[in-house]
Amino acid sequence: MGMGGPHAAFMAAKDDMRRQMPGRIIGVSRDAKGKPAYRLALQTREQHIRRERATSNICTAQVLLAVMASMYAVYHGPDGLRRIAHRARGWTAVIAAGLAKLGVPARAGAFFDTLRVDLDPMRQAKVLAAATEHGLNLRRYDDGVGIACDETTSLADVHAVLECFAPTGELALDVGALANSTQAPALPAALARTSPFLTHPTFERYHAEHEMLRYLNRLAAKDLSLTTSMIPLGSCTMKLNATTEMLPVTWPEFGRIHPFAPADQTAGYRAMFTQLETWLAEITGLPGVSLQPNSGAQGEYAGLLAIRGYHLARGDHHRTVCLIPTSAHGTNPASAVMAGFEVVAVAAAADGTIDLADLRAKADKHAASLGALMVTYPSTHGVFEEGIREVCEIVHAHGGQVYMDGANMNAQVGLTRPAECGADVCHLNLHKTFCIPHGGGGPGMGPIAVAAHLAPYLPGHPLAQDSAVGAVSAAPWGSASILPISFAYIAMMGGEGLKRATQVAILGANYIAHRLDAHYPVLYRGDHGRVAHELIVDCRQFKKSAGIEAEDIAKRLMDYGFHAPTMSFPVPGTLMIEPTESESQAELDRFCEAMIAIRGEIAAIERGEMDRANNPLKHAPHTAAAVSGTEWGRPYSREQGAFPAPWLRDHKYWPPVARVDNAYGDRNLVCTCPPMSAYE
Amino acid sequence: MSHPTDLRYTNDHEWLRAEGGKATVGITHFAVEQLGDITLIELPAVGAAVTKGTRFGTVESVKSVSDLYAPISGTVVAVNGALKDRPELVNEGPYADGWMITIEPTNAGEVEELLTAAAYGELLASQA
Repeated sequence: MGMGGPHAAFMAAKDDMRRQMPGRIIGVSRDAKGKPAYRLALQTREQHIRRERATSNICTAQVLLAVMASMYAVYHGPDGLRRIAHRARGWTAVIAAGLAKLGVPARAGAFFDTLRVDLDPMRQAKVLAAATEHGLNLRRYDDGVGIACDETTSLADVHAVLECFAPTGELALDVGALANSTQAPALPAALARTSPFLTHPTFERYHAEHEMLRYLNRLAAKDLSLTTSMIPLGSCTMKLNATTEMLPVTWPEFGRIHPFAPADQTAGYRAMFTQLETWLAEITGLPGVSLQPNSGAQGEYAGLLAIRGYHLARGDHHRTVCLIPTSAHGTNPASAVMAGFEVVAVAAAADGTIDLADLRAKADKHAASLGALMVTYPSTHGVFEEGIREVCEIVHAHGGQVYMDGANMNAQVGLTRPAECGADVCHLNLHKTFCIPHGGGGPGMGPIAVAAHLAPYLPGHPLAQDSAVGAVSAAPWGSASILPISFAYIAMMGGEGLKRATQVAILGANYIAHRLDAHYPVLYRGDHGRVAHELIVDCRQFKKSAGIEAEDIAKRLMDYGFHAPTMSFPVPGTLMIEPTESESQAELDRFCEAMIAIRGEIAAIERGEMDRANNPLKHAPHTAAAVSGTEWGRPYSREQGAFPAPWLRDHKYWPPVARVDNAYGDRNLVCTCPPMSAYE
Repeated sequence: MSHPTDLRYTNDHEWLRAEGGKATVGITHFAVEQLGDITLIELPAVGAAVTKGTRFGTVESVKSVSDLYAPISGTVVAVNGALKDRPELVNEGPYADGWMITIEPTNAGEVEELLTAAAYGELLASQA
């Protein structure tokens, strides 16, 4: 429960609705060898491509939680899940029988795991007091209580629940005998499931713990995670997720609390929320903080609702235009549209900065209707834009509010603050800057911080916080149980430590820029010739000179044991690299050496020593099957294919699939796992 | 990169073939090269009205989505239904099986406002 989150939710849609689905979709395609391969399908629905017309913009994903739920199903299988359900329902039936004997029958009708008992106010107060005494939280209705069982319910629990209803406070019933003699009533025929479920063989194979352990380990080995190498994904801030920060997530004191438990049972959580809010306010310079948004996208939505709420309260119903630079993350325009704004794009100047003349012209043109500007700092081009204050002043002078995207906060913490730049709202990606692991796309957290005049318009919650604006997530503090990660990070680092982390992150990016520039031109730099915490290297020239594209370099990096940098964002045909402060100089060097070695392979193609289509880059990544097969037939050695760098002799990551056919996967969308025979 | 000399073109890299009072529209080889593997094409229904310079559909590739703009105004009288299941036809033959819609022009004079093959050739040269 984790005080409300994180958790995954699943949804399904009919075929003709699939393009309108939120989130990301995994589909089956095939690799260069014709083997099945999973990939993100239909990305053109998503905000990074479709921008203000995207419908996918709820949050990136909740992958880690979806994996947990899936593995629960894999371990138990259909029979196990049915047994668990029957057990929970069985205990519910025992409680129903006991309540009937005690003369306080539950409401009539079919039930699964939940009962509702009507009580007069005096009896309700007595029952709830007894429940508290027994360490139980029953649901409080105006006219009674609710009780729910699950697979953790025990005979002792059932005894305790019934005892709360005993008129004398002592239960005279023999609950064990009652359990033995109680048969749960048959489910209404219309509700009973008759079709098979979880029919894929995977749900029958791993019911022994050893089998499960090895299955999970095999799956993990297919991933190229931070446990293998640096993940240089620009704009993602893949920093260390320290064990000390992560440990509290497993503590029952954090994990086993219901989000609507009485306040006196959640004093620890509340102290943590308050402290974390204070810290985040100090880091951003913006005094109002809401921990409710579950992701960056949700933070943007909540922040824009705050701006909207502020304008509406002042009678400025017409302030609905949102200016967004063309270089912005696609999430920005998608969020703006969701929050009811009309998006107007602001051009970029030749050096990649916001075109101030165009901004002024657009602000003038829309002066009467200007609601907001969304801006990222440092910019998505990896540069501290010197004009940031002027940008904010122009927007304020025309009656708009400034929303700062917190994606690049790792270059600000301790050095500057959104408030110093002139922002009124910003969100913080706790999964980037503040150490919550990315989990393959979630759970993340996107709290927002706002200036005092916007504080009344932070998200509210009917059961927790008063606000002019409604809730943006089901739980008042979002994915509360992962907040200890960010709390621990800030507490352990302290102000000086956080500042030092930012400095080292910027130093690392500049070190890479310096080492790679002669091999891959660095596309944008600030006025002093430096980059911020990330950099964009240009690969577009290789298409002409060698027939090589950014994707070929990204795939080839896998053969060197590295995850690819961010590809073709924000500039098509380029790679965006963000090292973070967590990488040592040795790891930065190893990455640079891999990039330089790949540049050497491109040079061999340019010189005509290697074929433009038949070369290690075009065939990347190289699987174990490819390099150990009887057939090879390529103009370079197997060693150059799979072991192009010396460190690979010490540890080799083997890509599980060869180059994936993207077009095939999108043209033939299949989201169901193929049968096991497809892999054999 | 060659483009047929008997067609008219737009700055947005669409082509138009005027024939028997009707005009067939598609996208050029240059556009296809820029898009890469096309995965989905959304087109209007027969009978729909299109307006010169406004969006009449979208074309998606693996990594991009682009709007299609009507070169002239008129009524859609035919749609290439084969593209629904086989969008790759546009990659394989943008000027042939990859045609998209046929328009009955409101004002046939609009065709003459489009780029000639020679003018489109200059546009391509300037973008190379």
